[in-house]
Amino acid sequence: MFFKDILAQAINAIKSQRLRAILIILAMSIGVASVNVLTALGESARRYIVHEFEALGTHLVIVLPGRTETTGGSPPLFGETPRDLTLEDAQAFLHSRHIAAIAPLTIGSAPVSFQGLERETNIFGSTYALRRVRHLTMAQGNFLPEEETTKARSVCVIGQTIRTQLFANKSALGQWLRINDRRFRVIGVLAAEGQSIGVDFDEMVIIPVEQAQALFDTRSLFRILVETLSKESMTKAVEDIKNIIKARHEGEDDITIITQDSVVNTFDKILTALTLAVASIASISLAVAGVLVMNVMLVSVTQRTAEIGLLKALGATKGQLHGLFLTEAALLSIAGALTGLLIGQIIITVLQVTYPSFPLQLPWWTLLSSLAVSLVTGLVFGLLPASKAARLNPVWALTKR
Amino acid sequence: MIELTHIHRYFQVGEQTVHALDNISLQIKKGEYVSVMGPSGSGKSTLLNVIALLDKPSSGRYLLNNRDVTQCSDDELAKIRRENLGFVFQFFHLIPRLTAAENIEMPMILAGLPVNERKRRVTQALASVSLQDRANHRPNQLSGGQLQRVAIARAMIMQPEVLLADEPTGNLDSKSGAEIIELLENLNQQGVTLIIITHDQSLGDRAPRKIRIVDGQLK
Repeated sequence: MFFKDILAQAINAIKSQRLRAILIILAMSIGVASVNVLTALGESARRYIVHEFEALGTHLVIVLPGRTETTGGSPPLFGETPRDLTLEDAQAFLHSRHIAAIAPLTIGSAPVSFQGLERETNIFGSTYALRRVRHLTMAQGNFLPEEETTKARSVCVIGQTIRTQLFANKSALGQWLRINDRRFRVIGVLAAEGQSIGVDFDEMVIIPVEQAQALFDTRSLFRILVETLSKESMTKAVEDIKNIIKARHEGEDDITIITQDSVVNTFDKILTALTLAVASIASISLAVAGVLVMNVMLVSVTQRTAEIGLLKALGATKGQLHGLFLTEAALLSIAGALTGLLIGQIIITVLQVTYPSFPLQLPWWTLLSSLAVSLVTGLVFGLLPASKAARLNPVWALTKR
Repeated sequence: MIELTHIHRYFQVGEQTVHALDNISLQIKKGEYVSVMGPSGSGKSTLLNVIALLDKPSSGRYLLNNRDVTQCSDDELAKIRRENLGFVFQFFHLIPRLTAAENIEMPMILAGLPVNERKRRVTQALASVSLQDRANHRPNQLSGGQLQRVAIARAMIMQPEVLLADEPTGNLDSKSGAEIIELLENLNQQGVTLIIITHDQSLGDRAPRKIRIVDGQLK
């Protein structure tokens, strides 16, 4: 028996049961479509976030005070250390040949007020270099002035949310903003960051780092952001930072260093796992579709008992009957998979048109794997009905009509 | 060519064992025309199924063309059926979604014959049962007599030596029944061994050799 004939017979059998075929194809296609759409969403979210992190600066090193023996968990937010990380430590980093810029960071929360309007917000103490390290853009005015940090003036830069909430229609530039009991002149407004992850700069007030240390009465830095000269010099820069801290901290490098790379990698891994999880959940619907294929094929075998008996009498071997019914299941599955791919693509296109800023794309491996998985599902679940057909007793089968 | 020796066939029905074939020994030569008659439940269908290799005897020996077929595997039996045996059933057993021509073609598809050969033989077979103009009709568009003629064309398409007919006229009016019998007898005159099961006395009497079976035993 030729494969072409098996195919023709299977197609003929499918055609004679149109409604049933359409239902199986529908179930299968819903499974395939949901796997594809969810994988596309997960994968795109992963790429989007990784891209966002890379946009923060591909060769960024973050230095935290205190050393925590991390064993692969998320980076510690607040290191616990007997020795503070100070502004002098930060300045010392500039001796390294591999470091292009440093931005020390002090963070605290304080009430911010202007003419009777007051709200609590995050205060960032930093230097001129922060703008470069975090790629901030200005909407109005200037960023913190470039000057010797020790001579810092009482100026501040505010985010968009703060501007609209406190200054409404008035121009913020040149106004005096009260933070706690100190006054700061607004010299710049940040452009809306919109979709930046991590820190919400729209809610931020940035002041010179010394001012912040005075405001919160601390000498310790929250962290130091370091931009290295290039991606390649990153490891050397990390070495230098450790050595500098050792020299300054009585032989101990009691800091935690997070490289941009490791953060991106961590997120990459987490989100890949998430994508896989979501895809597995979606593939449950594929399994359900597989059970449906089995159910329908079993009914088909029962309804066609007499036909199977006849084929046996006419000399069909077990292998041929297996082939006929498996081909039928496989064809239905492939048709379902292709329909599912089409539906999935339509949904993805609609999403792409609706949210043009989100880079939604279906990875090619999903296309192949969903085709393969549905085919395997069809075959696996087609196996039971096919072997039931092949095992039928011809005498008994022929008495059925 | 068909040689049954001490064939027994038991069926387990609930707690009871039914002795459907009781020590049957029978020889049928090539080209013979045999009718098998007996009341219902006498075992004639079981006998036919055993001869047709659809059912295996519980004990005894069956030689078909000097080959002991009781030892063959299912797939070997399927091939022997395909090459050597043709079937005509009381209820025609045509596949409803296939046309007359496609139904006739089916044994050749299973045997893996090339398409050209299949087309040629189908045209010939349709002509031999005078159904050239019904080639593309489906079973539900054909009369009972026509259905049985399609079935006969299908049974003969692999040019088997033996044609087994189980009540071939049981579902037909007397006129088309007579036509079918004439067709079968014609095939027998061309050398095909013909075995007909029937409980129609006048039909059974037409055969030169009449076998009567009662309670599983030959009389």
